[in-house]
Amino acid sequence: MSTTTTPTPFSADSLAPLLADFLTQAVRNSPQDQVRKVSVIALHLLTGGASRQTWSFDAVLEKTDGQVETLPLILRCDPPGGPQAVMERSLEFRVIAAAHQEKVLVPKPYFLGDDRLGVPFFIMERIEGETIPRRLFRDPAYAEAREVMTQQMGTRLARIHSVSIQKHQLEDLPRPQHGRSPAEEEILRYEEMYQTMAREPHPAFELAFRWLRQHLPAHQERTLVHGDYRMGNLMFGPEGLRSILDWELAHIGDPLEDLGWMCVRSWRFGNDTLPVGGVGTREPFWQAYEEAGGYPVERASVHFWEIFGNLRWGVICLNMTQPFLDGLSTSVELAAIGRRTSETEWELLHLMED
Amino acid sequence: MQDRPSREELLQAVTRFLDEEVVPHLDGSRQFYCRVAANALRTVMRELDQEEEQLAAEWERLNALLHVEQQPPSRAALKQALRQRTEDLCERIRRGGADAGAYRTQVLDHVRASVKEKLLVSNPGWLR
Repeated sequence: MSTTTTPTPFSADSLAPLLADFLTQAVRNSPQDQVRKVSVIALHLLTGGASRQTWSFDAVLEKTDGQVETLPLILRCDPPGGPQAVMERSLEFRVIAAAHQEKVLVPKPYFLGDDRLGVPFFIMERIEGETIPRRLFRDPAYAEAREVMTQQMGTRLARIHSVSIQKHQLEDLPRPQHGRSPAEEEILRYEEMYQTMAREPHPAFELAFRWLRQHLPAHQERTLVHGDYRMGNLMFGPEGLRSILDWELAHIGDPLEDLGWMCVRSWRFGNDTLPVGGVGTREPFWQAYEEAGGYPVERASVHFWEIFGNLRWGVICLNMTQPFLDGLSTSVELAAIGRRTSETEWELLHLMED
Repeated sequence: MQDRPSREELLQAVTRFLDEEVVPHLDGSRQFYCRVAANALRTVMRELDQEEEQLAAEWERLNALLHVEQQPPSRAALKQALRQRTEDLCERIRRGGADAGAYRTQVLDHVRASVKEKLLVSNPGWLR
């Protein structure tokens, strides 16, 4: 989710020595390893979004005793000259560190960056696996994983919601303001976004905003919410779930928001008979979540959050096409996504009737 | 008056070229973006085919929901007026005018029809 032009990426050639310097110093500062030198190899850009870049590389650690160790790593950084990030890198690093400490399935965070790249960055473990939903749905290699996906997605989500905000000092995450409930806060956030940028009227969104305000959840739980818990951000191996990625929409809110978001129709990637991410049905997902210590899945509330999720994705589609409409980006993808808004409108009209 | 091929025929030629002669020779993100581009051309073809009928139908439905007005003669003026009338409808919804009763049903039917018209152009596979 971003609002500006495609940034100029770093080149791997200029980035590699800077990273090697940083890592040499960072590793020397940690007492347990006697590392003489770190070199960076196989550095390449994985994804270059407008609001962040993800690079893959291996760090080769030459130790004083002559041994050599290779660490598979990921660099997350803001693009040079890019826009204000959705979430500060240092906060994203702290959220991942807290989650890792509480045994959530996340890559191990290694080092928060300094000013040497000119942009905020951090370095974490690289976990290998598959995130592309269509492959996960069809590839025989994931047949066994498909048997356990829904259950694991519920169980592992409960773990996220058990991370203590207080213990890990995550109070600076986005959170409800001025006495608003988490639901009121989220509605307001996306309603403001919609009103400031929609170029055409969207009666389906108006009906949905109104419906949501009339059906606010009664309970007031506040937990760490992943904020983008869906297919595409979950990494699987042939045995099952390996890692939960992309924490930059994390916030403090209603835990059931994550359960509703997972059921948004767009994350079924065509597998429409299976509402939970195109891999499962709602009841087993909720049951696994509850049995793993998650919050009670109140049916009306989770329905509320599924409607909210579809509306939120619709507003994000509008947001993503803005740079194209403003002439700041020439991306055909950003151009095309504007027309995807109607998919969420259709789903909203459908869900409001249930 | 232009010569053949028509705009529809030209769009078909370009789409087929992308699908059959470009996409298979690309990989990774370039292949993905090329598919997105070919799909965008299909959207344009469907819009050219359905636009006139859809705009007229939307106008008729808004006549029933708001008040009867003469349909503007030019396509640009019609689109402008449709946008204004839809703004008016949104204003009614925000004020609670479509919260309940027969009017809500009527509004929902109209909005569903309008969203369906958008999807028939942008992604017919989404409808169910």
